[in-house]
Amino acid sequence: MQRDQSPTPHGTRMPGAGHAAIGPLHIVVCIKAVPKPEEVRVNLETRTLDRGSARTEINPADQHALEMALALRDRYGGRVSLLSMGPPLFIPYLRVGLAMGADDAYLLSDRAFGGADTLATSYTLAKGVERIGRETGGYDLVLCGEESSDGATAQVPPGLAEWLGVPQAMYAGAVSLEAARSGAASNGRRLRVRREIKGGHEVLRLPLPAVLSVATGANVPRFFDPARRPWAAAAHVVVWDAAALAVDPTLVGTFGSATQVAAVEQAGRAERRRVVIRGTPAEEARALATVIRGVLGNGQAAPRSPS
Amino acid sequence: MTAAKTTTTAPGPEPLGLSAYGAGDALGLWVWLEHHGGVLENVGRELLGKGRLLADQLGAPLVGVLLGRREDLLVPAAEAVALAADEVVLVAHPLLAQYTTDAYTKAFDRIVRAEKPAILLLGATPDGRDLAGRLAVRLYTGLTADCTDLAIEPQTGLLLSRVAGFGGGIEALIKCPWHRPQMATVRPGVFATPVPRPPAAGTGVIRELAVTLTPTDVRVEVLERAVLSGAGLGAAPAVVIGGGGTRGDFRLLGDLAELLGGQVGASRVAVDQGWIGRERQIGQTGTVVRPKLAIACGVSGASQFTVGIDAADTVIAINTDAEAPICEVADYAVVDDLFRVLPPLLAELGHRVKGS
Repeated sequence: MQRDQSPTPHGTRMPGAGHAAIGPLHIVVCIKAVPKPEEVRVNLETRTLDRGSARTEINPADQHALEMALALRDRYGGRVSLLSMGPPLFIPYLRVGLAMGADDAYLLSDRAFGGADTLATSYTLAKGVERIGRETGGYDLVLCGEESSDGATAQVPPGLAEWLGVPQAMYAGAVSLEAARSGAASNGRRLRVRREIKGGHEVLRLPLPAVLSVATGANVPRFFDPARRPWAAAAHVVVWDAAALAVDPTLVGTFGSATQVAAVEQAGRAERRRVVIRGTPAEEARALATVIRGVLGNGQAAPRSPS
Repeated sequence: MTAAKTTTTAPGPEPLGLSAYGAGDALGLWVWLEHHGGVLENVGRELLGKGRLLADQLGAPLVGVLLGRREDLLVPAAEAVALAADEVVLVAHPLLAQYTTDAYTKAFDRIVRAEKPAILLLGATPDGRDLAGRLAVRLYTGLTADCTDLAIEPQTGLLLSRVAGFGGGIEALIKCPWHRPQMATVRPGVFATPVPRPPAAGTGVIRELAVTLTPTDVRVEVLERAVLSGAGLGAAPAVVIGGGGTRGDFRLLGDLAELLGGQVGASRVAVDQGWIGRERQIGQTGTVVRPKLAIACGVSGASQFTVGIDAADTVIAINTDAEAPICEVADYAVVDDLFRVLPPLLAELGHRVKGS
């Protein structure tokens, strides 16, 4: 197999001082280009989504995953690879990721991948991660956004972890690397992950490799680096089709999907009154108080006894 | 218990393109009853209520599934029977005492393959989504995420799941024709909590299934789990919610909540800033509330937030930005600085009540 030879501006990063013993990390970041949610409409005749008029962006949650990957690489050294599945028009968005700091980019692109639900998508991405691993001497970590802004299922990261047969942690906030007590597993390294759960948090320790989804509150994604732009614009993006990935054709695209869309509708959003109140603060407060008393009744707005 | 099989390689799905069993063998509607130390997540109750209707339509049994330590399971099992379940399946094991993806996925995989339910419903909580996404691949079946409604297709008996995409602007009905079980995670708060049946109206069987688990099955160690006790958001008639626009000052919001006999909630942004505890977070990864009144102060209104207040009877937004998405899902939107509006509002409400 041919390894991607495209040079990066900086090459493989050396670990930061003090972390040399524990790095480096090869991190694969899954990103998706999505239409801006508010610009998508349903074509009521064809009952399909009309994305044509909508502008496209890197899924916002995936930018947090990329930021976490870049920060981990800055700390421990190593390499950040971008992985996406979609048509060739996704390539410019991969270049944005390269300009933000990623070292290389891979696109899984084939007509046979189209119409995939999360079952088929997670399978196809897993085949991509495995091949990246084979060609680069292995991967340590896969980072995903917590969910996409279009489908919002949050199902791909755990599905991907299962196809890869590796542990997972969803909604990761802070991640660090630590040495394992016994060196037998994970090349002597483990991941310490703080994740959000309902009403609190968990701290987990898991072996590498692993799949994490990154909580959107975990960080503030960096802007692209202007100095990297010329390189990113010309960098080689590796494109693999179904044959190159040696996928099972029954597991990809529409054919490999277990779910079907029975109907698509533009959501009715008329249930709220959407009354706009403007005025002086006193006028606004008076109007609001009337609304509140109407909703809760006078009895519920009783003051507590002063304590 | 049988002798443990030690797995050194992770159990992945068999790439056959086939689910574990076919539609012809599948029977029953299962609901995962997520609990923490024996206290049910309310979405489990909601799913039992809706599941009862769907199961009756199908002429199929409604089964609640509880995993955990045995001593934690008996109280929620009895509650599930009292609410709606024909049967409650208990899977008791020390390694299930707290949620881990590995142990729960393995246990669920084993009992689903053995019992062959037609439908498996889970709450779309952080743990529910974590588990469902992995389990669906292990079972090689279809999963619909974060559903806002469920129905049975009359001609086929298939589960029809309603989902919202693109920030809520688009809705789709999803079905899973060939693979079993038909899996769905359901957004908390979209179905009403059922009231317990009179004792004569229904009886349920509690049955235990054995699953073999060993410590090597669990690759992830839980070093710490801190869940702050509930803030009473679920039962509050009014919730006053602060976002980034509060800049961390929740004092006026607390005063208003107290005056209204309600509770203070927060957007994820405010929680992530450390301004307030995560037990008060409203939204997809927090609590979904159904109050009479939700007042969102300085909250921009991302869809992950607004799912948390969609079921409120009335929504008021106070925001300086008339274009903020929160104004689109509000019954009343006050376009102003919350620090200018709340003081006279407090005076107005307090004054009026004193005079009555």
